[in-house]
Amino acid sequence: MSGRDAILGNIRRGLGRGGPLDGAARAACEERLRAHRPVLIPARAQRPHDEQVALFVAMATEAAASVARVAGADDVPAAVAAFLDQGGYPRRAVIAPAQAVSGLDWAAAGIEVEARAARNGDRASVTPAFAGIAETGTLMLLSGPDSPTTLNFLPDAHVVVLDAARIVGPYEDAWAWLRRERGLPLPRTVNWISGPSRSADIEQKLQMGAHGPIQLHIVLVGD
Amino acid sequence: MTSASGPVASGKPRVGLFVTCLADLFRPSVAFATVKLLEDVGCTVEAPAVQTCCGQPAFNSGDRADARALAEAVIAAFEGYEFVVGPSGSCIGMLRHYPELFEPGSPWHGRAERLAARSHEIVSFLVDVLGVHGVNAHYAGTVTYHDSCSGLRELGVKAQPRALLATVAGLSLTEMTDSEVCCGFGGTFCIKYPEISNRMVSDKIANIAASGADTLLAGDLGCLLNIGGKLKREGSPVRVWHVAEVLAGMTDGAPIGDAR
Amino acid sequence: MHITSPSFKANARAALADAPLQRALGNLRAGFPGKRAAAVARLPEFEALRDAARDLKNHILEHLDFYLETFEANVKQHGGQVHWARDAEEARQIILGLCQQAGAKTVTKGKSMITEEIGLNDYLAQHGIEPIETDLGEYILQLRGEHPSHIIAPAIHVNLDQVSDAFHAHHGRYGKTERQTEPRQLMNEAREILRDKFLAADVGITGANFCIAETGTTVIVTNEGNGDLTQTLPRVHIAVTSIEKVVPTLEDATLLHRLLSRSATGQEIEVYGTWSSGPRRPGDPDGPSEYHVVLLDNGRSNMLGSEFQDMLRCIRCSACMNHCPVYGAIGGHAYGWVYPGPMGSVLTPQFIGIENAANLPNASTFCGRCESVCPVRIPLPKLMRHWRAREYEKHLTPQGFRFGLGVWAWCVRRPALYRRLTRIGACVLKVLGGKTGRIRSLPLAGGWTAWRDLPAPQGRTFFEQWAERRPGGGR
Repeated sequence: MSGRDAILGNIRRGLGRGGPLDGAARAACEERLRAHRPVLIPARAQRPHDEQVALFVAMATEAAASVARVAGADDVPAAVAAFLDQGGYPRRAVIAPAQAVSGLDWAAAGIEVEARAARNGDRASVTPAFAGIAETGTLMLLSGPDSPTTLNFLPDAHVVVLDAARIVGPYEDAWAWLRRERGLPLPRTVNWISGPSRSADIEQKLQMGAHGPIQLHIVLVGD
Repeated sequence: MTSASGPVASGKPRVGLFVTCLADLFRPSVAFATVKLLEDVGCTVEAPAVQTCCGQPAFNSGDRADARALAEAVIAAFEGYEFVVGPSGSCIGMLRHYPELFEPGSPWHGRAERLAARSHEIVSFLVDVLGVHGVNAHYAGTVTYHDSCSGLRELGVKAQPRALLATVAGLSLTEMTDSEVCCGFGGTFCIKYPEISNRMVSDKIANIAASGADTLLAGDLGCLLNIGGKLKREGSPVRVWHVAEVLAGMTDGAPIGDAR
Repeated sequence: MHITSPSFKANARAALADAPLQRALGNLRAGFPGKRAAAVARLPEFEALRDAARDLKNHILEHLDFYLETFEANVKQHGGQVHWARDAEEARQIILGLCQQAGAKTVTKGKSMITEEIGLNDYLAQHGIEPIETDLGEYILQLRGEHPSHIIAPAIHVNLDQVSDAFHAHHGRYGKTERQTEPRQLMNEAREILRDKFLAADVGITGANFCIAETGTTVIVTNEGNGDLTQTLPRVHIAVTSIEKVVPTLEDATLLHRLLSRSATGQEIEVYGTWSSGPRRPGDPDGPSEYHVVLLDNGRSNMLGSEFQDMLRCIRCSACMNHCPVYGAIGGHAYGWVYPGPMGSVLTPQFIGIENAANLPNASTFCGRCESVCPVRIPLPKLMRHWRAREYEKHLTPQGFRFGLGVWAWCVRRPALYRRLTRIGACVLKVLGGKTGRIRSLPLAGGWTAWRDLPAPQGRTFFEQWAERRPGGGR
């Protein structure tokens, strides 16, 4: 007997069932999957949009991300330049091929960019975000041809461009958008990111920049 | 005592006193203080003489047969009482566990559930069931209160003793760090793992000392014998009482672990 | 992994005498509970979320086969493979096979307690494949030749000096000859060295906190980002997990997510939550070409339908051990196997046999603090008590203790006799207490009086006095 059959058989024996789930119980489970209902959404995440934006900024800041707010997409390169200068980084970045980022006028801000996956030694990256989740100041990023996952982890500084209109209250609203706008299957990787990398593994003292980015900078566009 | 004039408080509830084996053997004054607190608010108190122990040592040692036999004895002994009240969150917690010992649907299971539903730790009984707001007692001292585990987490005893202690003349309460952390008694635990138990009770008395209190109170004699015994071994002058003794104004005798 | 659970008492004694360990445990006791309490206080729905999580997990367990089959089908749908492992040996063989198929020389690893459970590192090393732990705590332990003493803070027992020593001893070959003493510098050194390991590895092995049936997704939760580099850079990603980790939908996983970090570290949410579905897609510029999920049973399915089924709700947050006064006194290694603290005291007897783990369910005061913080409301003291009942039934309870318990039970079941015995006992103990009111040494109670006095009885039992107060003898 295969491991699979043995395990499933033993599960069914433990549950007092002779064979696979069937009948009404199976239909109920299938319906549960189809409905994928949110279970319990905290009140914190159910406020008007302007309050969600403020909450997102507050929570992301608490998670040790820095947030810069700009009026429009055209202002993004200058905000990134300011961040790079302040952090002592060269004005150079590897960026996601996605139009929302690669379509910006980086040269005007004096930033040299390359649109590609990240390599070791890249100091800074710029990527788009699919959504921002207000309840914990979390970014949701999707992998794909125009958004390599390595950009989120290899560079020392990760800059994320987020449209304020893409901020939702709870995680569940971000899932709902993903289902509606992209459908299943999910992208290879969905990343939730809340602040820069950290570790407290040495004597429980928190240090930023364990393996991933040492800094996470969010450029929030519009309001 | 001041009490709300609810339907229960205005009647004359007939209470069966669950003495607890530790109070019976080590500190009868705790049981008499419990009787006084109950009689002061108009309860009729009886103590069935056939009671011995709640059976927790057997239950927690995996000896379900003896635990069940003792549970049956307690259930039978207290069947006629409107309420069963005792000066211990741990023992009353055990009474609330009785239904686990019997097959659901069996007659004993039903009797166990009915006993569990009317069993109460003394201080929470006064406050939550009888609506008592205060006591007429005096105690000169700064006390700190250890939240005994079973009372706290199985029965929700937390605010009630503090509310009544606030009405004791001359008493002030100061909270210690980690008042909700176990003292290391744990019934047979302190005998089976004495070194670990000692580590835990050492932390507890350090927190008591740091609180600046001159008196330690709690609602369970097991904890009090353990903490009191450790305090006295270390030469601490802190006085140790069961909370019922202080609330009943019965602190003329010797504190726990002292001769006077 | 060498099992030392049978010598729990000696382990505990050694731990209590280990001053650096005691300092480290002081940090733990002062840190985690307060942080969790603060996070819980900020989320008014927390208790309702715990109820919902318990109900969700119960629903999953009752339909575990259905959700596992659905998960498998959806992993296959997007090009991944699922491997079922009955026990540790089968899991090790499957993983070794995948590594050999990939021609792997080195394997990077994200933090995974399941790979500890199956003893994967030693096995891979024996077969010529170098496993490299990348979680900073796990990396420190690997250099020191140790195993985790905590399920989310594996190196909690190690102090700064010891980290300095370990790095100094092992990093010379990377040209790092200076002994670093600051946490910041030490972490940077590990970051630099491990960066090269991530890039060179052929296979990346992670665990999975959740497996989502609806989408065929595995989820990892980290703060360092090491799990992401582990699974993104090598050509092959293997997620090693166990059967009870499956959840129906993204929304269900989200519910558990809200509880996990708050219960674990007191964070609102971990830094990185990573949801992985299959290998890289056409056009993807990065990500692994192969994606495998190993589903381990290892005795878990035997717990279904038993009195231990509730334990399968566990989401491995560590709140129970963070709040356990026994864990806080002795640390994780004393428990002698992979899973320490209250959850370990329930799980370990299941995995290594109650006869090898007899002390674990007994080494609890049943203070209930573990249950009071468990995000999925596992009645941990009750489950430990079930193990004690099994021990009693199998006559594994120590003979002396069993005899004493028997004598005591025989007496308390005879009220008239018991009354007479307690009268004598109270009287004798009162005399032994003398003028001080306390007893400093007592035969048969050495465990007590070695460390503390025994307050002496007042002298006459309650029932002796009560009979006088109420003529008629009680009623």
